[in-house]
Amino acid sequence: MIRLNPKYIPLLATAVVLVAVFGTGAALYPNFGTPRVFVNLLNDNAFVGVAAVGESFVILSGGIDLSVGSMVAFVGILIAKLLQVGCDPFLAMGIALCAGTFAGAVMGCLIHFFEMPPFLVTLAGLFCLRGLGFVIYPESIGIDHPFYGEVLPQLSILVAPKAVLPFTAMCFLASVLVATFIASFTRFGRNIYAIGSNENSARLMGLPIGQTKILTYALAGFFSAAGGVVATFYMQSGNPASFVGLELDAIASVVIGGTLLTGGVGFIPGTLMGVLILGLIQTLINFNGTLNSWWTKIVIGVLLLIFIVLQKLISRRAVTQL
Amino acid sequence: MSTQLLEIAGLSKSFPGVKALDAVNLVVRSGEIHALMGENGAGKSTLIKVLTGVFPRDAGETRLSGQEIAPKSPREAEALGISTVYQEVNLIPHLSVAENICIGRQPTWLGAIRWGAIGKRARAALARLDLTLDVNRQLSSYSIAIQQMVAIARALDISAKLLILDEPTSSLDKTEVDELFKKLRILRQDGLGIIFITHFLDQVYEISDSITVLRNGCRVGCFATQELPRINLVSHMIGKTLGHVEALEQTRASTATIRSDTPILEARGLGKKGTIQPLDLDIRPGEVVGLAGLLGSGRTETARLLFGVDHPDQGSIRINSQPVKFRSPRTAIRYRIALTPEDRKVAGIIPSLTVRENIMLALQASRGSWRRLSIAEQDKLADRFINSLGIKTPSREQVVRNLSGGNQQKVLLARWLATEPKLFILDEPTRGIDVGAKAEIEKLIQSLRQDGLAVLFISSELEEVVRQSQRVVVLRDRRKVDELTEAAISEQAIVESIASHSSERAEA
Repeated sequence: MIRLNPKYIPLLATAVVLVAVFGTGAALYPNFGTPRVFVNLLNDNAFVGVAAVGESFVILSGGIDLSVGSMVAFVGILIAKLLQVGCDPFLAMGIALCAGTFAGAVMGCLIHFFEMPPFLVTLAGLFCLRGLGFVIYPESIGIDHPFYGEVLPQLSILVAPKAVLPFTAMCFLASVLVATFIASFTRFGRNIYAIGSNENSARLMGLPIGQTKILTYALAGFFSAAGGVVATFYMQSGNPASFVGLELDAIASVVIGGTLLTGGVGFIPGTLMGVLILGLIQTLINFNGTLNSWWTKIVIGVLLLIFIVLQKLISRRAVTQL
Repeated sequence: MSTQLLEIAGLSKSFPGVKALDAVNLVVRSGEIHALMGENGAGKSTLIKVLTGVFPRDAGETRLSGQEIAPKSPREAEALGISTVYQEVNLIPHLSVAENICIGRQPTWLGAIRWGAIGKRARAALARLDLTLDVNRQLSSYSIAIQQMVAIARALDISAKLLILDEPTSSLDKTEVDELFKKLRILRQDGLGIIFITHFLDQVYEISDSITVLRNGCRVGCFATQELPRINLVSHMIGKTLGHVEALEQTRASTATIRSDTPILEARGLGKKGTIQPLDLDIRPGEVVGLAGLLGSGRTETARLLFGVDHPDQGSIRINSQPVKFRSPRTAIRYRIALTPEDRKVAGIIPSLTVRENIMLALQASRGSWRRLSIAEQDKLADRFINSLGIKTPSREQVVRNLSGGNQQKVLLARWLATEPKLFILDEPTRGIDVGAKAEIEKLIQSLRQDGLAVLFISSELEEVVRQSQRVVVLRDRRKVDELTEAAISEQAIVESIASHSSERAEA
């Protein structure tokens, strides 16, 4: 028998769930299994997905980032406001991405230098960014710019008959690719895993703890901000009151994607699958039509519990093996 | 003799209120294994930490191959060729063996890690230790002993000149230690300098070429191992002649103190599948029963069954002839059984609480949260145990983290003695503590026994088991293979019974 490396078990479980959910949908509804549904799925969940990719790094490092939702809303209203006053869209996006990265780096510095718990620091970040968004403009601003109205719809690829992969979905997939490379093929990425698995050992092995931690939060800030940029493509507006609780969806996606909430174990493609599972459940309930859409939350809650129990069982088995 | 590799001269280091190192000299040559000996608090760890850049030094100089060095972090020390392998394996359990060996200095191509090259390098490093592993397997799937060797391989991968081993053998059994020593001899042949820190005197004499002894932050001296009799080494370490240690050897406990023939605890056919084969065990008041066997032979597992941590799937336990079933340690505690676990740091001492609070924990727990002991009562009890056990602490309000290992162990003993147990299970009570404290704890066990307590004593040091016990139960491969009483107890007999029974089981 092939000995399965225990670190792949959660990822495998995620893949099984993904196939099962998709299979259920395809069996129940004739139109469910079409490329078009899948493309829409990627489009609808692109901004959560990009933010969840950033969250994956933080969770892998053994931390948590609660500022994601506020960051996405903040970036949205920032871009909308900048465009309103006549700023070039690329400059606006650049400013937004820099601001997000900077905010992440600041949180990382606080966590590292003052040895503060990530939960509290990013909770403070959640409040500050939410407030800053309202300071920029207290209401929703529609985006009316030729780049958004005319250029963006052109940036799409026909992947199958009647299925067009929009630019948002491409951003999501590109984020996953880049993040997978960072996590698996750079020293920085491997250091994140090491710190998440055992920070004390990592220090004694001479790995750069502080630098890695700060960079991890900066990277998460960048991806959250990128999620915000993608959200403006999707919504064609910015609203400081939007995306409350988005960070929780991101965390759920990461965990259902097979990443250990305690850090050190997980894969970025798992997060892609986690996002798709959450999106598919939503789609499934929409297709049903009779079910209240809040059932999505219940299903996600149950799934999350199952995955946490699974992780517990795996880590317990790993301990008894010793 | 070969060249001087490391030369430390006049190294000093103070912490607030303590002079941890006072003008210490140390010379290590390449191709030698140099033992660093001393009691807890003698300054061994401080010396290592200053040498590897964890702490800055106050004065003195360090030369490596004649070059003056002053590393500011373990990373810098590694780059200079000084690597440390710690007692608790400090690697990343979730990553593969190969990655653990190479992480932090992976070969890259345009910023991308070359995984193939990592596997090759890891195999090469392991090959120097004459070891072949599946380097892609997760580190945690290997035993602690193998993990330790992976840690050494990691050190070798950075072309270390000086390897520091800080208590590497504490969690290894005899065969694993032999295996490790074989590897160390290979490295010595290769011309590495090795600093070896341990509490096991036998191992020092087995492997080291020279010994530097520290006491209270000062260097007592440097000796060639062959020219230093064991008794002198110990008296150098504790700074006095060994009257009380030797006295203990004489008091090889007689059975005179056994109060009655009715055992306080009788286990019949007690076992748990995959953990320990069914065994019989009686413990009488006033008796110390030793549990001997190699690491992994089922010693700790037996203790856990008797204390209700794990649940037996067969057999029975009777306390004072009454059949009982332990659903949890709480039930066991109600029957006046106490247990100090194998690893006091993980499962015993609460480092951030004070001596008094640590002593009160079990007693308060058994009384329930509502019947709180008054502070005055607590103070009285704490003081009583601090005095009677000789716990060295500035006050009962000292945080336990700041005490030495031996004193932490005493606090742990005090915690359970406060509940006035009838049966005390001690799992490795003397591991990792120095010779003086060891002798004191041994004396304490004997006096408890004379007071009529029943003791189950677990230790991997056979001589200790022999000294302490009136009866020794020998375990091997998770089953009871022998029981020795009084005159029949000797290290020789225990070793023989472990060895003979292993060949018998060849068909299994």
